[in-house]
Amino acid sequence: MLAYIIRRILILIPTLLGVSVIVFLMLRLTPGDPAELLLGERATEKALHEIREHLGLNEPLHVQYGMFLKRLMKGDLGETIWSRQKVWIEVKERFPATIELSVAALFISCFFGVIFGIISATRQYSIFDYLSMLGALIGVSMPIFWLGLVFMLIFSVNLGWLPLSGRLSIGVDLEVITNFYILDAVLTKNWVALKDVLWHIIMPAVTLSTIPMAIVARMTRSSMLEVLRQDYIKTAKAKGLSQFIVTFKHALRNALIPVVTTIGLQFGVALGGAILTETIFAWPGVGKWMFDAVMRRDYMVIQGGTLVIAAVFVVINLMVDVLYAVINPRISV
Amino acid sequence: MKKGNSKKSPEDRHPLLDQLGQLWRNKTSVVGLIVVAGFVLAAIFAPSLSPHDPVEISLYDQLKPPAWKDGGSDKNILGTDDLGRDIFSRIIYGARVSLTVAVVSVGLAFVLGTLLGSISGYYKGALDSVIMRIMDIILAFPYLLLAIVVVAFLGPSLQNAMIAIGITYVPRFARIVRGSVLEECEKDYVMAAKAVGASDRRIIFIAILPNCLGPLIVLTTLSFASAILDAAALSFLGLGAQPPTPEWGAMIASSRSLILRASWVMTFPGIAILFAVLGFNLLGDGLRDALDPRLRD
Repeated sequence: MLAYIIRRILILIPTLLGVSVIVFLMLRLTPGDPAELLLGERATEKALHEIREHLGLNEPLHVQYGMFLKRLMKGDLGETIWSRQKVWIEVKERFPATIELSVAALFISCFFGVIFGIISATRQYSIFDYLSMLGALIGVSMPIFWLGLVFMLIFSVNLGWLPLSGRLSIGVDLEVITNFYILDAVLTKNWVALKDVLWHIIMPAVTLSTIPMAIVARMTRSSMLEVLRQDYIKTAKAKGLSQFIVTFKHALRNALIPVVTTIGLQFGVALGGAILTETIFAWPGVGKWMFDAVMRRDYMVIQGGTLVIAAVFVVINLMVDVLYAVINPRISV
Repeated sequence: MKKGNSKKSPEDRHPLLDQLGQLWRNKTSVVGLIVVAGFVLAAIFAPSLSPHDPVEISLYDQLKPPAWKDGGSDKNILGTDDLGRDIFSRIIYGARVSLTVAVVSVGLAFVLGTLLGSISGYYKGALDSVIMRIMDIILAFPYLLLAIVVVAFLGPSLQNAMIAIGITYVPRFARIVRGSVLEECEKDYVMAAKAVGASDRRIIFIAILPNCLGPLIVLTTLSFASAILDAAALSFLGLGAQPPTPEWGAMIASSRSLILRASWVMTFPGIAILFAVLGFNLLGDGLRDALDPRLRD
C-alpha cells in the first residue's frame, strides 16, 4: 500500500511540472510584450524595466522557466496589478471561501445523490426511479449560472427568504481565525454569525451542487444495481435479513466504491463551477477573484490562481485514488 | 457469393446499423433525437423562422413582456430585451451560434484526439507515454478553468472560446481512441493487414478506426452537450460571444441587471440552453445503450 502511495506521489511531480509549463508558456505565447501584459498599459518605463529584470524576460525561454520555477518554490507568485498585493497572500485569503463553498456543495450533492441513487436502484423502474433519473438528466444538463439567477429571483427577490449575495451580512460581527466562516463561527461560539453564514451559503452551494448531485445519483444507482444482482445479496436475503440491512450493510458498502472516485472527480467540477457560482453570488473566493482578474487582464493573478487551483485539484485527485485503494482491498498493487 | 437481385442478407449490413436500429426502441433517445432535430432545424432555417431581425434595436419596444402577460403582444411572443430586440428571434438565432460552437469545438477535439489517441495506441512505447502524459496535464485543470484561462490569454471572442473548449476536450477523445486502438491491435485482422504490407496510415485509418466508431459516436454526442453548456458559460462570463451576437449565455449575462424588472429576458435563453443540452444528453445516453454497453455507467 505504501509503495502504491509513494508511486502515486511520484507521478504527481511530472504532472505538476507540466501544469507549470503550460501556465508559464501561456503568458509568453500571448501576443504582445509580457512585461506590459503583466503591468498593464499605464506602467512606467522604469517599472517595465524592473519586471523584465526580475522575471528575466530578456533571457532565453528555458532560463526564464528556471527562474519561474525557482520563484514558485519560494512561494513567490508575483504581485497583482490591481492592489499591488502579493498574489500568494490573496490566494491564502480567498481559498478558504472557495473550499467552504465547494465542500458544502459536495456535501449536499453526495447526501442527496447517494440517497436518490439507492432508492432508485432498490425500486428500479418505479415512478420514483423514473422521476429521479429524469431529474438527474436535467441536472447534468443545467446551465448553473442560469439556475443561480433563477434561485436568486425566486428565493431572494420574490420570497425574500435568503440573502441575495455575499458571505456575511453587513453588521454581523465575526472574528476571523481560519477564514472558513462556518468554522470560525463555531470556534468563537458566535451563533448569530453562524446562522447568517449558513443562510448565505445555502443558495450558492445548492446551485453548485446541481451537476455533481446528478452525476453521483446516476453513479450510485448503476453501481447499486450491479451489486444487488450479485449472489451474496441473494444469500443475505435468503438468510432472512431485512431489506434495510441488506441494502445498507451488505450492498451499499460495495456499491459506494466506484462512487468515491466519482465524488473525487466532482471536486474538480465544483472548483471550476465555483468561478461561475462565485461570480453570480459575489462570493469572495478564488473563483470570483480569477474572474475579476480576467476582466482586468491581471495576468499575474490568472497565472497564480490557475497554478494553485490546478495543484489543489491534482492533490485531491491523488487523495481520492489513495482513498479508493484503501477502501477497495482488491486494488492492492 | 451475392446474387444480383436478391435482398441483402442481414450479415451484409454493417453491425453499426443494426445497433443504431435499437435506438428506436429506446424512448428517451427518440425524445433526444427529436429535440436535437428541432434545434438543428431552427438553426438552419433561422432566417425564415424568426419573426424579427435578432439584432434589430427597437427603442419603442423596450422590455415588452411575453405575449401571455399583461402588456405583452403577439408581435413579440417571448417579449423583448432592454434594447427592444425580439427574444424569440434571438433564441432561434442563438441555436445557430451554439450549434456552430459545438460542431467546431468538438470537431477540433475529435480530429486532434483521434489522431493523438490512435498514434498512442498503435505505436505504443515512449511516444504513447509522452502523449498520454500531456493529456493528463490537460486533465489536471478543473473543468472550465483551462478554457477560461486560454480565452483570457487569447482574448475574448467566440472563435477563441471554440478553440479553448476544443483543447480541453482533446484528452477524452485521445483516451477513448487509444483504448479502442490498443484493443483492436491485438486482433488477427491487424496482423493480416501488416502481413500483406499495408502502410501504418492505411491500417490505422482504414482498418482499425472504423471499428472504434461506436464509443466515438457516443462521446461526440455527449461532448456536443457539454460544449454547448461550456460555450454558454464562457459567453455568460463575457469571454465568448460578444454583443450584439444572439448567444444564449451572453443573453443571460446582459439580463442580470434586469432581474428585478424583467425576469423573462433571463428565463427563456436559460430554458433554451437546458433543452438543447438535455437533447444531446438524451441522445448520447441512448446511443451509448445501443452502441457500447461497456460505457454504461
